[in-house]
Amino acid sequence: MSSSEYEGVMVFAQQKDGKVHPVTYELLGKGREMADKIGESLFCVLLGSGMEEVDELIYHGADRVFLYDDPSLQEFNVLHYKKCIVDLVEEEKPKIFLLGATTIGRSLGPRVAAALRTGLTADCTSLDVDEEGNLIQIRPAFSGSVMATIKTPKSRPQMATVRYRVMEEAKRDTSRRGEAIKKRARIEDTRIRVLERKEFEGEGSIVDADIIVSGGRGLKKAEDLRIIREVADLLKGAVGASRPIVDDRWIGRQHQVGLSGNTVRPKLYIACGISGSVQHLAGMRNSNFIIAINKDPSAPIFKEAHYGFVEDLYELLPELIAEIKRRRGMKTACITERSMRI
Amino acid sequence: MGHGAKDEKEFNVIVLVKQVPEAEDVRIDPDTGRLDRSSAEAVTNPFDLNAIEVANRIKERLGGKVTCISMGPLRADSTLRDSLARGCDRGILLSDKKFGGADTLATSYTLSCAIKKIGSFDLIVCGEKTTDGDTGQVGPEVAEQLDIPHACFVEEIKAITESSLVVRRKTENGYMILELKLPALISVTKDINEPPLPLLKNKIKARKAEIETWSASDLSEIGDVERFGLTGSPTRVVNVGSPHVEKETMMIEGGSSREKAKKLVDILEDLGFL
Ligand SMILES: Cc1cc2nc3c(=O)[nH]c(=O)nc-3n(C[C@H](O)[C@H](O)[C@H](O)COP(=O)(O)OP(=O)(O)OC[C@H]3O[C@@H](n4cnc5c(N)ncnc54)[C@H](O)[C@@H]3O)c2cc1C
Ligand SMILES: Cc1cc2nc3c(=O)[nH]c(=O)nc-3n(C[C@H](O)[C@H](O)[C@H](O)COP(=O)(O)OP(=O)(O)OC[C@H]3O[C@@H](n4cnc5c(N)ncnc54)[C@H](O)[C@@H]3O)c2cc1C
Repeated sequence: MSSSEYEGVMVFAQQKDGKVHPVTYELLGKGREMADKIGESLFCVLLGSGMEEVDELIYHGADRVFLYDDPSLQEFNVLHYKKCIVDLVEEEKPKIFLLGATTIGRSLGPRVAAALRTGLTADCTSLDVDEEGNLIQIRPAFSGSVMATIKTPKSRPQMATVRYRVMEEAKRDTSRRGEAIKKRARIEDTRIRVLERKEFEGEGSIVDADIIVSGGRGLKKAEDLRIIREVADLLKGAVGASRPIVDDRWIGRQHQVGLSGNTVRPKLYIACGISGSVQHLAGMRNSNFIIAINKDPSAPIFKEAHYGFVEDLYELLPELIAEIKRRRGMKTACITERSMRI
Repeated sequence: MGHGAKDEKEFNVIVLVKQVPEAEDVRIDPDTGRLDRSSAEAVTNPFDLNAIEVANRIKERLGGKVTCISMGPLRADSTLRDSLARGCDRGILLSDKKFGGADTLATSYTLSCAIKKIGSFDLIVCGEKTTDGDTGQVGPEVAEQLDIPHACFVEEIKAITESSLVVRRKTENGYMILELKLPALISVTKDINEPPLPLLKNKIKARKAEIETWSASDLSEIGDVERFGLTGSPTRVVNVGSPHVEKETMMIEGGSSREKAKKLVDILEDLGFL
């Protein structure tokens, strides 16, 4: 695999029910930036059935979108997806190939990389490219306690899965023009069948939340999660949890943050009664803002926090709830007063 | 359950297990900035214990045999003994200088050569990821190299027969039910079961058990030696560092809880969250 004939950056567009996953727009943002830096094109490959968002991919930076529209691609079947992508990469020879580090990307990426006999860097949180087009990939390892810089010096394409909500979304520009190229999917593989897919009802995944308020073993009993929930509701955020209270079934597994739960990167993470184990930190340390509430001043969570409140959560949180309501009340009071004057 | 004693074919499960440093023991040396693993206690990757337990449960149902394979230094032999103590029947250690420095492509290639050398198998089970390399890529890469179907993030086995498997696979906010034709590979999550501790008598037995050790030359008839280890690895770790420049933490310790609550609301307002 000599590297000279490989050109351009290609992004895998993940979709569900025809709707493109937002990580795709983040990959397009980074992909566009890198393609411009090396003066090459940005490609996007979209697989599914009856998709309508092709123009959006172009508005978000793709020069060319390869579209595989076939009923056999509606649901994620790793063997079908792999076949299409491997064929396309062999035809188009991109220098760089990016996927979201989602449960789909992390199943598909390695399979494609192994078929192409190239390197794949997992779950990157930072990407850059040098003038020669060598990808510089940074990723957490050892449960987030180290950051590793990884290169793929010789093999092409250089492949990476990229963590969701780490890169900036591409800017949307409806004046952008690009090309949509219809490809035919030829799929005969019957070794995997998707029998059913189910999405949990109600609240969305905490991975998508901008604000997360989490509770841990500092809570004395399951009912006390109510305080955490009330703070979360006031801030229009989601409820997160450390593992012990999930193991004790105080709250569902989908709320767990950490190594064996969800990796989250909200704008604000408030940890209440959570000590800050390596495994918990692995799931939340990249949050934009971290506020920790813990009665033990030596709790490790404070090292990762921007603001650390040393206090009993049973004292602080009720006061916090009251204070937020008071200020909101004042604001509504002001507004009503003003509107009355008019 | 039959043990394949008669003519019928045995159901063969292979479990992939890796030895990792105990999570808390990994430090960055502040002077050299390099990863210091020397002090770390070596343990079986915790996620692989779930994989072993899945294999044991399947053996209870279908009979047959569980073989565990690990690639690593000679001391990884203790991880295979741990697997035997937990109920596996056979342990194979892949150990050779030529295997060293492998990335996930070379690791999965080497493992798939060993699996081909074993010959017949019906199912391969591995952990979701390891606590050191932490990529979760080895499983699906092994599946590709063996040209068999796979499913990642398996949180439940719904049904299994000699020829097919139905699993529930986790997604971000739900799940998928997949049917896979065997032979296949699955990587399982921590939620799939709760692995029991091995019994003392099994631990003692495992201490004396035989662990087969295969070197690169044992695999040279099946695989290309150039594809093992560092030479077979397209990726290079060029640097490891601390995750962060130490965050400046603003500590709020004094004052009543009422005062602290006011302070907290001020902060939330300043940051635009209210
Ligand atoms: C392989 C593996 C995977 C794991 N994965 C995860 C994971 O995904 N997520 C996860 O969270 N953990 C995970 N763990 C578990 C992890 O090691 C810790 O045990 C766990 O994170 C601790 O949870 P905690 O902080 O809630 O509890 P603790 O460590 O017990 O901390 C409770 C904290 O609450 C404080 N506190 C007590 N009372 C109050 C009060 N009234 N007001 C204020 N503060 C108070 C205490 O000072 C203490 O710091 C994993 C472990 C392993 C081995
Ligand atoms: C800091 C750091 C970062 C790295 N980043 C990357 C990277 O981004 N891309 C890359 O290709 N390589 C990377 N590597 C190399 C990688 O860690 C090794 O190839 C390792 O041997 C296997 O990968 P893993 O630990 O991530 O396993 P995972 O893919 O996380 O393991 C999944 C499962 O596969 C099985 N398994 C894994 N390894 C073995 C083994 N040796 N023997 C038996 N079964 C096994 C186990 O069942 C395990 O639960 C990195 C290494 C380091 C030190």
